[in-house]
Amino acid sequence: MPGREPRQRRGEAGLEDVASRAAEAALAAERAARRSYGKLVAFLAARTRDVAGAEDALSEAFAAALSGWPASGVPDNPEAWLLTVARRRMIDAARRRHGDEALAVQLQWLQSLELIGEQQDETPAVPDERLALMFACAHPAIDAGVRAPLMLQVILGFDAATIASAFLVAPSAMGQRLVRAKAKIRASGIPFRVPGATELHERLAVVLDAVYAAYAEGWSDAGGTEARRRNLAEEAIWLGRLAASLLPGEPEALGLLALMLHAQARRGARRGDDGRYVPLAEQDTARWDAAMIDEAEALLHHAASMKRAGRYQLEAAIQSAHADRRRGGGTDWPAIVRLYDGLHALTGSPVVAINRAVALAQVEGEAAALHALDALAGDARLAQYQPYWAARAGLLARLDRHGEAEAAYELAIGLESDPVVREFLQARRASVAGSA
Amino acid sequence: MQYLLMLYAAESEAAQRTPDEMQARIAAYGAYTRALDEAGVLVGRDRLQPVASATTVRVADGKTEVLHGPYADTREQLGGYYLIDVADLDVAISWATRCPGASHGSVEVRPVWKM
Repeated sequence: MPGREPRQRRGEAGLEDVASRAAEAALAAERAARRSYGKLVAFLAARTRDVAGAEDALSEAFAAALSGWPASGVPDNPEAWLLTVARRRMIDAARRRHGDEALAVQLQWLQSLELIGEQQDETPAVPDERLALMFACAHPAIDAGVRAPLMLQVILGFDAATIASAFLVAPSAMGQRLVRAKAKIRASGIPFRVPGATELHERLAVVLDAVYAAYAEGWSDAGGTEARRRNLAEEAIWLGRLAASLLPGEPEALGLLALMLHAQARRGARRGDDGRYVPLAEQDTARWDAAMIDEAEALLHHAASMKRAGRYQLEAAIQSAHADRRRGGGTDWPAIVRLYDGLHALTGSPVVAINRAVALAQVEGEAAALHALDALAGDARLAQYQPYWAARAGLLARLDRHGEAEAAYELAIGLESDPVVREFLQARRASVAGSA
Repeated sequence: MQYLLMLYAAESEAAQRTPDEMQARIAAYGAYTRALDEAGVLVGRDRLQPVASATTVRVADGKTEVLHGPYADTREQLGGYYLIDVADLDVAISWATRCPGASHGSVEVRPVWKM
């Protein structure tokens, strides 16, 4: 039989060769996926508003790449190849649908993509519409709780189960929320567009809040022992970088990135060698990531030069003041109190007020700080907020009001979910009890 | 896309308005309708009689039930609608924001499911 011999010969060339080609193809597909997933979803969904359809088509394209590339070799331009296949899948899917008024327009547009997908000799210009996709995901019409998960899925390609575990939600519930959000984007006509100047400020804040929510979720694992949550923090930084690079003239986008980098730089120092929790004031500055802090400082400096202050810039500035300790000098507590004042005027957040009170203790003493905390006691939300009781306990202990300090620590311990932080608080309580 | 702007407001408050307030409100709606019309986005609009005039019909097991009153008793009642044709949800929201009904009640924005 003709052709039989070469096939056999190829087999003889060894399984190793086949395996390495498969591995190479898998790696190329994975690399293309990571780099271009969000870009391809954004581009394919921008016109049709069909995020789920774009994702389905792309996942088929990636599957085709993984099965086809080991034999055909990795194409010169994997991104363009994936786009072509995904586009064809979307056309097939669009043709199968009936009674869709936008069908003709969609088909026409998908077919016009031929130009991008198949002129591989030219630099392919898949326009970057990821920012527009971020604004669609964080649209005010989308349920606030699903904005961050939606971004992680459609821009970074995480599956619902991974996102669910990072957000401590049941996978089926998360999957359902994501499906509903995508259906809402499509059915309600949420545009894929960077809002105009008049709305940009307000809408960008919503996008940044969603990115920060993802970061905070990943950060809440103090020890960084849970890989999936540490990854979540890193992916949130990636989204923050994307927003900052696409909106370089928006100081709040830079401020958020600076804030996340400052926090991330201290991640490793939050645990001692023995695994115990180390509060900021006791952290070894040598264990902070200097390069990350430098980058954060440069971003914040640049943002400040634009003279449009905002929540994230102020928060980053507070972290920057703490980071100054690495230079061996002390901490400029009066400056930190002033920054918290500005932040509180902007947000009115009781959490900010607690942090301000703790900083005030360094400037005006524990009694003044405790007085400031007393003023917040009427806020019902604080009754179950661990940092409020921990801050109170710390101040009372330093004022030698041991009995009250012990009671406050007791409440803080009862409200804490992280066992390592709980141990830290228990040790503090024990030391107060010992000196009583 | 077409969107239905549904205007909800408390009918009980309408009864307490002075003639001057009533006049001002009618004028505001008139101006809003003209703006929609001039922008070329207005498809249809109307005001509804109070919910006291509503009748709800339901057929179960082949039996017709005709009930006096609205389908659901709510604090704010559907009092009118605008049907508009605009590019996307953001444009629809910006029109809903300008609707006088958004200032004295709520405007629900719903995309039309074209058959």
